[in-house]
Amino acid sequence: MKKTYKAFILAAMLGTGACNKDSDYLDVQPKNIIPTETLFSDPTLVLSALANLYDRQLDFSGLDNGWASFADFSEAFPSENGSAYLVQRNGWGFGEWGTWDYAYIRELNLFIQRATAATKLSEDDKKRFIAEARFLRANYYFEMVKRMGGVPLITAPLEFTGDVVSLQYPRAKESEVYDFIISEAEAIKDLLPSNPDEKARVTKGAALAMEARAALYAGSIAKYGTNTPQVSLPGNEVGIPASMANGYYTKALAAAQQIINGSAGGYQLYKEIPNLSENFASIFYDKSGKNKESIWVEDFKAGTTKTHSFTVNDQPYSQSEEGGDAGRLNPSLNIVEAFEKLDNTYAPLATTDASGNPIFYTNQQDIFAGRDARLEGTVIIPGGLFKSQPVDIWAGYQLADGSIFSSSDAADLRALPGTNQSVQVLGRDGPANGKEFRTQSGFYIRKYLDPATGSGRRGRRSDVAFIRYRYAEVLLNAAEAAFELNQPGVALGYINQVRSRAGLTNPLTDINFDRIVHERRVELVFEGHTLFDMKRWRLAHVVWDGNQMTLADLKTNIGSATKRNTQPWGLWPYKYYNPGNPNNGKWLFKEVKPNLVTGANRFQFGNYYSQINNDILSNNPKIVKQPNQ
Amino acid sequence: MKLKYPYIILMALMWVATSCKKDTYDAPKITLKGRLVYNGESVNVEYDRVPLELYQPGFGKTGAITGTFAQDGSYSMLLFSGNYKLIIPNGQGPFRWNESTSTNRRDTLNVNVTGDQTLDLTVTPYYLIKNPQLTVNNKAVTAAFGINKIITDANARNIERVTLYVNKTQFVSGGPNYNIATTDLAGSAITDLNSITLTTTVPTITPTQNYVFARIGLKIEGIEDMIFSSVQKLQL
Repeated sequence: MKKTYKAFILAAMLGTGACNKDSDYLDVQPKNIIPTETLFSDPTLVLSALANLYDRQLDFSGLDNGWASFADFSEAFPSENGSAYLVQRNGWGFGEWGTWDYAYIRELNLFIQRATAATKLSEDDKKRFIAEARFLRANYYFEMVKRMGGVPLITAPLEFTGDVVSLQYPRAKESEVYDFIISEAEAIKDLLPSNPDEKARVTKGAALAMEARAALYAGSIAKYGTNTPQVSLPGNEVGIPASMANGYYTKALAAAQQIINGSAGGYQLYKEIPNLSENFASIFYDKSGKNKESIWVEDFKAGTTKTHSFTVNDQPYSQSEEGGDAGRLNPSLNIVEAFEKLDNTYAPLATTDASGNPIFYTNQQDIFAGRDARLEGTVIIPGGLFKSQPVDIWAGYQLADGSIFSSSDAADLRALPGTNQSVQVLGRDGPANGKEFRTQSGFYIRKYLDPATGSGRRGRRSDVAFIRYRYAEVLLNAAEAAFELNQPGVALGYINQVRSRAGLTNPLTDINFDRIVHERRVELVFEGHTLFDMKRWRLAHVVWDGNQMTLADLKTNIGSATKRNTQPWGLWPYKYYNPGNPNNGKWLFKEVKPNLVTGANRFQFGNYYSQINNDILSNNPKIVKQPNQ
Repeated sequence: MKLKYPYIILMALMWVATSCKKDTYDAPKITLKGRLVYNGESVNVEYDRVPLELYQPGFGKTGAITGTFAQDGSYSMLLFSGNYKLIIPNGQGPFRWNESTSTNRRDTLNVNVTGDQTLDLTVTPYYLIKNPQLTVNNKAVTAAFGINKIITDANARNIERVTLYVNKTQFVSGGPNYNIATTDLAGSAITDLNSITLTTTVPTITPTQNYVFARIGLKIEGIEDMIFSSVQKLQL
């Protein structure tokens, strides 16, 4: 009985399990990989693959690649002791800022190839997906050419057939890479939607904005490259002949004008809040349909993993939602004083009168009065508001004899001379030398700082978007291109639009190179433009010349394109303590170079184009080395 | 099992016999050194700014052994024996060296290293500082010197500026840590190349020291690296 039963079971199992064909038995659909044909049959799946490619775009300073990516170039002081090297080093390694992500290029090329071959997608979907991937590829080549100069242009996925040499491509000329970006933008602009409300996916506006910026960069490298003939290679892998400058400027102006005249949708400057500083700050965190200024952003979303710590890291110390996690990025006095006065003139902040005596101010903010509204939209000044709360920034009391009465921490209370009641003698938000996570320059960053409750907590973090292209930059690109093409009237028209939005309502009547440089600096600071602007104008080795920055350097030549900017300075407010004196209780200010600032930035010719490392050079002998390295 | 004495001896012997074999290469021991010279005179440069590179082909991946010249223009490297190619990269150094006449770019120098050797690199500086006289009076450092223009053909370049640098350590040049006092004179302001005087005042040094180091630097238009006179120690 038992044996029969077993035999029966065995027969049943054989009968049900063993009669599959052998080939079917091993042919199991993988559960963790979506096959190419399946993926390219469903627009939702294609979009998720594309999202991965979007996510791998490279930004110079991005909200998700760390606050420190905003802190260099003397425009800010890093108030985190582990990052003090930023102000203690004397320059940059030749390899800094390099990128060589051909794996990304390959996957973009594969995506384009597979999407082109897909049969189950609608034509409209296909067109848009392919155009987006081509945009991402062009934009990454733009990022590469900015940093490395000419790179091998690979526009189709390469297959290894056993012959390595067939995969070795030489570097294209720098101008050829820019030409590629411009022609791609032209080719795809009409395949993309014209919709100013579409920000996270690229649009016609984004393609034109990329084209305008790329053409402007190429034009200025051609024009200003003549100032640094050493920064070039004989094969033009680095360097663009000066004769090509006008052609590029013309293209830049034309592309920018297409956005300005509305052919890519109704982009316009953000003017929603009557307070112009608030208005400027909210360009960066207003994600509603009212924001027609941002063109293409890297978006974030609270409650998902796609959030960033910018607000956690940089919120004012006394208002930190995460204990002491705050205050790392402190804008320098160098950038603060660059914001001009409302009469379009430059002036250092008035700390002393003509005979060197301190000037006393009743309110802390008075010293900043009458300046470009973008100042308070970009930085939080002493006594300025964040989330409607004032920040508490002051370095101590100055006594009648000129000595400073302070402590190293706001919690250390001390009794002022002649009194016996202990009082606070240092602002809760700083500044004190070496006290990390609170300001050491006297300022906090405002740009990108998220006023939403909870954005400063590590558990929630912030979902402010990083704007990659915005309309004000398009206007400034157009202004610069028009200026270089000797159309000052056109240039003034564009630059004055940007300025009047910032409260500088007296239009400029005269345009020059210094004005262009200055306007981009104050409008676009901390948006990842500083290095690339200085490089393409070939000013980097001039402004970062490695010499110490003296007080005289700081206070003179404001607005000059060649002004030295090698070390970040701070401005520390003090309360005057001299009972009986009319100035008792008023504020005075001192320019201070924070103690940690010991290095001075020196930009060498070899820094203009980042080093191509030895691995790359060994693998591909056709790659030529960068100049001056 | 009881550990027996002969086993211990045997194990010790095996350990001695097998484990002392060297498992890595010797460190390089051969010295290649030399200086930058022009007509037998040292060419002084900035510390750690002018590189030289040695390539040894034939070992798979390429990559340079990089060194830099010291302030007095000397260099020294420890190497294995072999054939090397030596290069001072294009655009580096305030001089011309081994430039090809057709492309105006630098060629390599073949160096065969078999034993310690001194290899001076003959370069042609754009300028040289001649007869530098550094004197100190009270706290004022005065430099009197002349300038020799060496390259006068189509490759000649103008002087951008000359600078007197004073530092409290023997590293004296531009840059934030290498000087405590400087005085500049623009090239356009030089009237007589044979007689130039620069003066600078030494600031208070903390902690106090009664000596400083000084030298004169010359910046050539369009060349990143400066050329210097030799460092001199001055008693205050």
